[in-house]
This record gives sequence, structure tokens and C-alpha cells, in this order.
Amino acid sequence: MSYTTDHVEVHVCMGTAGVASGGQEVMDALDAEFTKRGLKNAESKERNCAAKQTGCRGLCARDVLIDVYIPGKDPITYEHVSAEMVPTIVEEHIVGGNIVEKWAAKADYFQFYDKQKRYVLADCGRVDPESLEDYIKLGGYEAIKKALTMTPEQVIDEVKKAGLRGRGGGGFPTGLKWTFCRNSPGDHKYLICNADEGDPGAFMDRSIIEGNPHAVIEGMLIAGYAIGCDEGYIYCRAEYPLAIVRVIKAIKDAEAAGILGDKVLGTNFHFKLKLKEGAGAFVCGEETALIASIEGERGMPRPRPPFPAVKGLWEKPSNVNNVETLANLPSIILKGGEWYAGIGTEKSKGTKIFALSGKVKSTGLVEVPMGITVRELIFDVGGGIPKKRKFKAVQLGGPSGGCLTPDHLETPIDYDSLIAAGAMMGSGGVVVMDETNCMVNVAQFFLTFTQRESCGKCIPCRIGTKTMLDILNRITTGQGREEDIELLLELGNDIKTASLCGLGQTAPNPVLTTVKYFRHEYEAHIRDKKCPARECAELIEFVVVDDRCKKCGICKKACPVDAITWEKGTVAYIDREKCVKCRECIVNCPFNAID
Amino acid sequence: MATEVKETESAGKEIDFTACDEICEKYKDWKGATIPVLQQVQDAYGYLFSEIVERIADNLNMSAHQIYGVITFYAQFYTQPRGKYIIRVCRGTACHVQGSGRISEIVNEEFGIRNGETSADLKFTLEEVSCIGACGMAPVIMINNKTYGNLKPEDARKIFREYAQLQG
Ligand SMILES: Cc1cc2nc3c(=O)[nH]c(=O)nc-3n(C[C@H](O)[C@H](O)[C@H](O)COP(=O)(O)O)c2cc1C
Ligand code: SF4
Ligand code: SF4
Ligand code: FES
Ligand code: FES
Repeated sequence: MSYTTDHVEVHVCMGTAGVASGGQEVMDALDAEFTKRGLKNAESKERNCAAKQTGCRGLCARDVLIDVYIPGKDPITYEHVSAEMVPTIVEEHIVGGNIVEKWAAKADYFQFYDKQKRYVLADCGRVDPESLEDYIKLGGYEAIKKALTMTPEQVIDEVKKAGLRGRGGGGFPTGLKWTFCRNSPGDHKYLICNADEGDPGAFMDRSIIEGNPHAVIEGMLIAGYAIGCDEGYIYCRAEYPLAIVRVIKAIKDAEAAGILGDKVLGTNFHFKLKLKEGAGAFVCGEETALIASIEGERGMPRPRPPFPAVKGLWEKPSNVNNVETLANLPSIILKGGEWYAGIGTEKSKGTKIFALSGKVKSTGLVEVPMGITVRELIFDVGGGIPKKRKFKAVQLGGPSGGCLTPDHLETPIDYDSLIAAGAMMGSGGVVVMDETNCMVNVAQFFLTFTQRESCGKCIPCRIGTKTMLDILNRITTGQGREEDIELLLELGNDIKTASLCGLGQTAPNPVLTTVKYFRHEYEAHIRDKKCPARECAELIEFVVVDDRCKKCGICKKACPVDAITWEKGTVAYIDREKCVKCRECIVNCPFNAID
Repeated sequence: MATEVKETESAGKEIDFTACDEICEKYKDWKGATIPVLQQVQDAYGYLFSEIVERIADNLNMSAHQIYGVITFYAQFYTQPRGKYIIRVCRGTACHVQGSGRISEIVNEEFGIRNGETSADLKFTLEEVSCIGACGMAPVIMINNKTYGNLKPEDARKIFREYAQLQG
């Protein structure tokens, strides 16, 4: 779908990274420039210029990104825009009609979007997230209008036909889940939007809420109507201040417009919506813990059954869905379940949003059809590995997931293939690693996270993860013992079977898969006291290897404590008395010359 | 989020409970009010010292013990005063693979504080947080509400020193 305007409109990225890179300054500079030149609210359409804030479009590393829309012309995108560049862009491009080529996005920008299919994110980066009017202008709230002309059962059928599965990690069929709650007796039911997004490398839910909050509200209205809920909560983590501000505004605006509250859009459907802020606990993303937290308690998971569909929030039937799941609903209703089921694979329908990070050229947020291969995701969309390094592994599914290797590049990304390969979809975090990343370190990193976040209710989860972590700490500091690998496997499997909630049941996965695919790396740490990727500082010697050193002197410049001596034409030398083992020299040496 | 630290309330001075009472009153009839009340009281007073926790317990008809149960469960409630500048170092995955661990070390080198600690002069608090949603700019830190991305370790050190120079 292309976007058109009847006047000159400049979209400025005001997502988190956009704001952090100076988005507001760019907005202000545009506004000042338009005012100065008499282009703001100008009479003639060709000359009427406005700056508009939009949400994240995914390629945050290039912020501030702006798009210039001139009626009748293709939009032009500029990267890394600062306030100082604004007068030139206005003068040469908007007034003069000549694109400022040196700042305009090039082929690599568009390559990032080529294999993507942006449905959920279609309007992220296009709609003004703080304007209900703008959302409606782009077709917003048409889906709920249509849903309200259908019976709730018909809406559920459409979602079943679509084959939508939950995007919060589990992949449970959404329509089926709704049926449970709809059929559960009770006159007062709750719908909860899970925006806790605890995976420490995923930010799709945040981007959706920040970039298009009304789409989430519309999704909730559709779900609420289908299930028979009259009250909803959005549980959003407190670390997302911008998302919270925007949701609160969107709720207020929707209430004022008669879209939320009593008699939604003039019908007999009532739906109240509230926002609840989290308070910093990963386990609260688990649905029963989340419910406990809304009730004002410690966020501890509760045993299921009873399932929330039967006894949820304040003991009433409740349905929990993830942000992305809900944001899929408007287009399913508008375009039909059959249309949706045409995208993706046999058992995983539609698209999935991934947060692509780590050692890829284009890090960012991408939405791709289910079934795309690991290779396509990393190399076509992500642009491959930077600095001519080699692809080593990819961690899918965050702290609950597992890693895949170059042997898995042709694996299709869908719920079932990933599980078969030992990873999982999880929330959609994708961390790419090259040969300079140590797999034991990665496992240790994820386990440190889950160990800290264990709520402590189950002993295997609380004590077991701590013991595993102690073993990993031992291995990465050169104290590893021969039996440690077996011990890790044993503990890992025990924790998986004896924990109550998904946190404990999946916490060992990163360790188990790295042992499976990179056992030799563990062995090198334990037997040879070496870290082949040279990431574990205790196992690095910090000596320059003569025949690999090309005498470039880059390491000397990188060293913060002046521990390196080097002169033109000589091999560098590290004074190990002075060295603080910061690894800057290793990271910066282009020739891998430091062992 | 409140970042300003009020002088220790308990040093013999009268504590002004007005703000606390108003917040509790506002949530009187709410179900599950504990967390929003604690969040707002903490915003108003900087941290949750014992007198204020007891006041909240009284107001909400709960025991202080119950309230502490909630406070200690969630990472974002503080029972100690915090620094004027909260340095949040992102330890999310993307930032980790781009070397954010080193940035935490630099905070320690500069101010002698580790995760969760506040410097003796109440100027800096270090908080290691998971993904702050700007992974494209990893490694990322925030100082109060300002975000800094694409940080080389030594650039981070420079920024910290600039803040250290600031008055008060
Ligand atoms: C430890 C743990 C953390 C979780 N964190 C989240 C989260 O941050 N967001 C989310 O939507 N689901 C999370 N889930 C899954 C939820 O329990 C629940 O399955 C999901 O919100 C249901 O929504 P869906 O059916 O739309 O996927 C988590 C589960 C576990 C065990
Ligand atoms: S598995 Fe871990 S996080 Fe989950 S309930 Fe048990 S102790 Fe808590
Ligand atoms: S590890 Fe750090 S301190 Fe040691 S030589 Fe390299 S750059 Fe210098
Ligand atoms: S925040 Fe600007 S592109 Fe993501
Ligand atoms: S991992 Fe640091 S911002 Fe996402």
C-alpha cells in the first residue's frame, strides 16, 4: 500500500532510537524552517509543508530517519539526519526539487525491506502515534466496525480460519484460546494485553505500542467483543516510558471519541480499558504471574489449572494475549481469515516480527513471512555479517531459546521447525554471532539473566540455575573441571522437568544447545584453559603474535591505559603489568594478531 | 520516573506525609492498588523509607510486612536513597554482544559503584537494565532520561566525567 498526501509532509522517526538520536530537534528545525519560509499552512497545496512524527520503522541504527512526501512524487528517505541538515534538505529538495543525493537512503536501505512483508508494522513509521485522527485517516477502526456487524462466533471463526497463533512465545492457537474463555461461565470477563516484553533483546511489542497504539486498542476491542469481555488491561513494563505515555493518550482519545467505554461506536458492546505499569520483574510476563501483579501481589506464577480462562484476574474468566497477536487482528477481520492463512507455512500462518541484533550489518526490527529461512533472515534482510567475519551461530528465542549453527541456515523459521532444531520462536529475539563471540559466554549471559529473574518459588529453578551458573563461571575463568559438562546437562534436564513455569522450564536451553553444538568450545575452556573466541578475559594471554601482526599500530591507539608499545614498522608489544584486560586491542586489531 | 533524591527524611525532621496520603486516598477504592501507590509515592519521595512504608500500610489497611513483600519482589522499588544521576547501562543481549559489560566496569572504575549501588556523595547510581529498546544503537546507556547510543567504552568514560563535573 502506498501512502499519499495532498500536501508536502515530512515524516520524522520519533521512536525510541529516533528520539535518542535527536528526532525532536529535527522536528523543531523543520517546523522553524517551514515557518521562516512561509510554507507552514500555506494556501497552495504544493507549498503547504508539515512535519509529522511517526514511530519506529525498524532500521534504528540509521536514525534520525525522515521521509519526504511530495504529492505526485515517490517519497524520499534520508538517513542520519540532524537539525543542521534540515535547511539544506528544505532548500534543495522541497523548494528546489533536487534530491540531496549524498544524504538520501541507498540500495542497502531498501534491501532491508525487500524480503519483509510488513502487515502488522505497515503503519508503524507512517501514522502519527499520538493522533487518533491520523489513525482513522489511514483506515483505522474500520475493522472493529466490521466485527461489530458480525456475531462474536463469526469473529472467532475468522481468527480460527486465519490460523493465528500466539506471538508471546507459546504459539497457542488464538481462536481456540478465545473459545475457552468465551464458553467459561461468568458475566464479567477480562481481556489482558501482555506488553511486559521481558526478553532482553526484543523490542517489537514496544515498537508497535509506541508506533501505532490505536492498532493495539483496536485489536483488543475485536478480541474483547469476540470473547465477551467488558474490561481490559494493558500491562506494560515500566522501562517503556514513551510507550506508556502514548497508550494513555490513545486510550483517552478513544474514550472521548466513543470508541472505548460504554456503547462502543454506538452499539451495545461495552469495553473499558486501563493501563497497568509493571515494576521490573521478568517473570511477570508469564500470564499467571502477570495476573498476580495486576492484583497488587508479588508476581509469582500460579499452578495451572485452573487456567486463566476459567479463573483469572480477581477469579474471573480472563484471556491474556500478546501485543503482536492483538495487532494482527484488524487486518484479519478486514481482509479475512483466508487471506491471512495464505501467508506463511502450513502450521505457522502470517508474519512474525523479529528483533535482529548482534553481528549483522542491518540490525533492527523486521517483519517477515513465517517460513523464511534462517539464511534469508540473516543474509538477505540483515545484510550478512560485518567486517568480513564468519557467521558462527544465531540465538533464537532469547533466554528461553537455543542457538543454531551454519548447518541450520536452510531451516525455515516457523514454530515447529525451530523446536525440532532445538531453538524456539520465543518472543522473536534473534542474536547473530560471529567467530569473535564465545558460546560459553553467551550461555553464561542468558543464564545470569534467568537466574536473577527466577521468582524463587521452585527449588530446582532457584538453586539449580545458581549451581549451573557457578559451573559456567568456573569454566569461563579457567577453573573448569572435566566432569562439568556432564553436570550441566544433568542439572539442565532436571530443572526443565521440575519447574512450575516456563521460566524454569526453558532456562537451561541456551546452555543445553551450546553444549550440543559447541561442545569443543567448552572443552577448550576446561582442558586447554583457552577461549577460542578470545572473549573470556581470564583465558587470554594478551600477547601479540609476531607473524600475524601487520605492524599497523591500531591496537596502540585503542588501548586506554597505554599498555602497548609500537612504532612504525615494529611489531606491537603489550606490557602485561599495565594491561587491564579490557580486550579493546583484540576487538580493534584487524588481523586477529593478539592471543 | 523521579530521579531527584530528597534529603533523608528521617533525620529527626518532621516528615510531610501529605503527598503520600493524597496518593493513597486517590486509590482507596481500587482493587490491586499496591503497586501504583508504591510507584507514585516513590516518585514523590525518591525512595521508600520505613516511615513512609508504614504510613502506606496504615492508609491501605495492610500490614507493613505485606507491603515489604511486594517492594522486595520488584526491581523498581528502592528502600535506599538513590543518586542524583541514575546511570542505566543496558545489559540486554544486543548490547552485551557489543561489549556493554565493559561500560559497567568503567562506571565502577570512575565512581566505585556496582549494579544497584549509589556513590557515597549520592551523585550516581548504577543500574544494569535489560533491553531499553534501542538495540540498533547498541551499546546503549541512559543517564536519567537521556539516551546515549553507539558508545565506545572510552566515550562513555568521557560522558561520565562530564557529569561528575556538574555542580551538585
Ligand atoms: C517467564 C515467562 C515470561 C513471559 N514473558 C512474556 C512477555 O513478555 N510477553 C508475552 O506476551 N508473553 C510472555 N510470556 C507468555 C505468556 O505467559 C502468555 O503465554 C502469552 O502472553 C499469551 O499470549 P499469546 O497467546 O497471544 O501469545 C512469558 C512466559 C513465561 C513463562
Ligand atoms: S519455574 Fe522458576 S520462575 Fe517459574 S515459578 Fe518456579 S521458581 Fe518461579
Ligand atoms: S587488553 Fe586493554 S589494556 Fe590490555 S593491552 Fe589490550 S587494550 Fe590495552
Ligand atoms: S526508532 Fe527510528 S527506526 Fe526504530
Ligand atoms: S539490548 Fe540494549 S537496547 Fe536492546
